Amino acid sequence: MRPGVLIFWLLAVPMVACALLVITSRNPLRSALFLVAHMLLLAGMFLSLSAQYVAAVQVVVYAGAIMVLFVFVIMLLNLGGAQKMDAAGLGWALGIAMSLGLAALFVGTGVWKSGLHAGKATAKTLAQGGTAQAVGFALFDPELPWLFPFEVASIVLLMAAVGAIVLAKRKL
Amino acid sequence: MSFAVPTEHYLLLSAVLFCIGVAGVATKRNPIVVFMCIEIMLNAANLGFVALGRHFGDVGGQIYTMLIIAVAAGEVAIGLAIIVSLFRTRETIDLDEADLLKL
Repeated sequence: MRPGVLIFWLLAVPMVACALLVITSRNPLRSALFLVAHMLLLAGMFLSLSAQYVAAVQVVVYAGAIMVLFVFVIMLLNLGGAQKMDAAGLGWALGIAMSLGLAALFVGTGVWKSGLHAGKATAKTLAQGGTAQAVGFALFDPELPWLFPFEVASIVLLMAAVGAIVLAKRKL
Repeated sequence: MSFAVPTEHYLLLSAVLFCIGVAGVATKRNPIVVFMCIEIMLNAANLGFVALGRHFGDVGGQIYTMLIIAVAAGEVAIGLAIIVSLFRTRETIDLDEADLLKL
């Protein structure tokens, strides 16, 4: 087995297991910890896809900032594990059926044998396409369409920060 | 250019993770866990974007992923603020209890 294939399976199997544990754990805090593990494994997957910069952002922003926010709110609300928080009976069956139906749709469209036409990937894009330098140059290149979405993202983040304060603060 | 692991494997993994996220959103009543499942779905989409970006030798897939991460950060901030204010007014965050908009 080639090392790349081995790494893929070593990352993919725990990743799916962690995702399943997130949705089967009764305790939300345990779900959050499994989600952290899931995101760190995904960062490893990004590394194996030679997207180093995105992997670093994934660890810092997702596994760091966003998950701290989750754990903070779980602690703040302090609900305890006693509350039953799963849909019962029909709702549960419908949810699983929905998920399996979606899976059947994906399999039916043949996502893994779609016959993607060969791209322009070369050894050079693989070696250098994921560094912070390459991503930054593409992001601010006036020839490419990414500059405007980047600026809009900053406005979205500002609006989210203001909105979160307005929603959660008792008295402004 | 052929890869050690074909792009289709990554797409299939992404599809599996997305389905797990959908199952969680549909079966959980704790909105915090529902949010976590939405994060799983967003992550699955990110994996698909990065894999296809590598396949086509285009850095756009990675930039899409970073924009998604920015939007996800904002979404989590707003969503958790809504959960906190929901808890403040109703003393519970059970999603089945929050049915004021239901006919």
